[in-house]
Amino acid sequence: MSTLKVDVRLYATLSKYSPAGGESRSFTMEVERGTTLAQLYEILRIPPGEIKQAFINGRRVEEDYVLQDKDEIGVFPPVAGG
Amino acid sequence: MAYIVRVNMTEGTVKFEEVPAKYRTLGGRALTSRIVYDEVPATCHPLGPNNKVVFAPGIVTGTSAPSSGRISVGGKSPLTGGIKEANAGTPAAQSLAKMGVKAIIVEGRPREKGQFFLLRLNKDGGSLEPAGDLVGLGLYDFARRVKERYGDVDFAVTGPAGERFLSMAGVCFNDKDDRPSRYAGRGGLGAVMGAKGLKGIVIDSSGAPGVQVADPDLFKAGQRKLVEALREHGVTKPGGTLNAYGTAALINVLNEAGGLPTRNFSAGRFEGAGKIAGETIAEIISRRKGQGATGHACHPGCIIQCSNIWARPDGSEHVSCLEYESVWALGANCGIDDIDAVAELIWICNDTGLDTIEAGVTLGVAMEAGLIKFGDAQGAINLLKECAKGTPLGYIIGHGAAFTGRAFGVTRVPAVKGQGMPAYEPRAVKGIGITYMTSTMGADHTAGYTIAPEILSVGGKADPLSPVGKAEMSRDFQATTAFIDSSGYCLFTTFALLDIPTGMEGMVETVNGVLGTAWTTEDVVRVGKDILKQERSFNEAAGLGKAHDRPPEFMRYEPLPPHNSVYDVPDEELDKVFGEM
Repeated sequence: MSTLKVDVRLYATLSKYSPAGGESRSFTMEVERGTTLAQLYEILRIPPGEIKQAFINGRRVEEDYVLQDKDEIGVFPPVAGG
Repeated sequence: MAYIVRVNMTEGTVKFEEVPAKYRTLGGRALTSRIVYDEVPATCHPLGPNNKVVFAPGIVTGTSAPSSGRISVGGKSPLTGGIKEANAGTPAAQSLAKMGVKAIIVEGRPREKGQFFLLRLNKDGGSLEPAGDLVGLGLYDFARRVKERYGDVDFAVTGPAGERFLSMAGVCFNDKDDRPSRYAGRGGLGAVMGAKGLKGIVIDSSGAPGVQVADPDLFKAGQRKLVEALREHGVTKPGGTLNAYGTAALINVLNEAGGLPTRNFSAGRFEGAGKIAGETIAEIISRRKGQGATGHACHPGCIIQCSNIWARPDGSEHVSCLEYESVWALGANCGIDDIDAVAELIWICNDTGLDTIEAGVTLGVAMEAGLIKFGDAQGAINLLKECAKGTPLGYIIGHGAAFTGRAFGVTRVPAVKGQGMPAYEPRAVKGIGITYMTSTMGADHTAGYTIAPEILSVGGKADPLSPVGKAEMSRDFQATTAFIDSSGYCLFTTFALLDIPTGMEGMVETVNGVLGTAWTTEDVVRVGKDILKQERSFNEAAGLGKAHDRPPEFMRYEPLPPHNSVYDVPDEELDKVFGEM
């Protein structure tokens, strides 16, 4: 098995980079084993300057994180509130 | 000339006093807390004649400083039994500041029970007039009546909840379009107004002289730096996330982090989060067209403009505003994913004069008790309406989460010092938990918003699940916040100030420009600590000590999914916050 499946959710201004198009922010995609989070951003063609951070399975991770099968990935631009 | 308005509700007098030298460099929270400390006996009954309610605009409020239209309301809290400051963004703050009103101190109570008065302020002075005909009105009707009667004025008011002295009654101010929607919500200060027989304050600022600025050049230089920082930062800039999606953009990020309190703090994720998130709110507002809007400002001169106006499916205006805390409290925390129902619950809070956070936490506890089921939107609407009706059940609910929990024997009550917790799960975000536990205000996220580094990666990065180093972090945030809450700036300016050092410099320069002081950015934390120490000292005299700086017990032993962590910050860490101040 050289590929694995991950669930991706692109939030706020990043939703326009969803390959599902339009308003769909959540999608499943197949990537090569060994793919990092930074490489995932390249595949999705999200300009690095627009990304603030990502949570994978509920934990904030850095861009060198190597994706695992069934990872749930939420990617965010800068957001705040209170 | 700045002055203090002293209103004696027993004598029916309104006096204008010189500002004592000791209050000269104070504003907002620093001033309300100082006056409460100086004038209110710590052991007094919050609803009795010896408590006071104090209003104070911030130091730079009423000037051209960006996003600075804040007003603080202070007093002894009927909810926590300690000192309280709650603040709001409203044109009323700017009007008072421009009129030279440094503070309004309301004391005593009418000799005759059940009497209510309206305080009217204009350039010629102030007077009290009977307000009996305004009592019992919902606040939307009140706002219409005030506009008809007094024209273009601002107001502060307490609703039917405050008239009944309910502990979750907030103090309501008008927004820039005269809606009764801007709340100094927390801690029951609306009930203190009610107990003073003060229905409201009507402010006519026509002919006001404006705020005196000691050093206009310094002020302008600081203002420019601050504007640049706010326009540059991804969160605060025009078209940035706060502006485009509102504060409810946080729903998804807290849900991803497993820290969105769900169904009365029994889980950290809500399966319906996507239906009530800021992105969805903005999408629906745009789709329905009509009177809905995003990017609404709570007062003129705000750069961030994070508020919104929600429209019904037919495009007619429903309510302003759907913000993160309100949507979470009345949504995820109640298991409700119908955003129109959440909007209706917020409308009821605005009309009745209720703090949306305390209302949502209380409904969550009522659901835990089995009064209605989690997710029952119509049940929640009916239950919340009881507060305005004054039924026995309305009186119980209206006194908040802790009181409701006791009435129905619920042990999972998410409250500290009697105040319901806001929208961040302490077991999944350890630092904000420290702020909840140790704040002089009871559970309060705005008192020290460590969410910035813990969840948002703003002002640095910290692991939310780790307790290490969080006491220091919370202490610094609490002190900085105390300063910001005194300055008159919206707390949201700090998202830019934490990341852009020139913005922080600019903020301090505008404050120095108005006051003629020479504070540096290093003084921010020092001045903030002084405010906190005074508030803490009041609380200790009122009987609140270390034992009250503790999490609700269930958080120590009940693991929270999805991370299944408990609140493992040791008591010694909690005690370090003030112990090492």
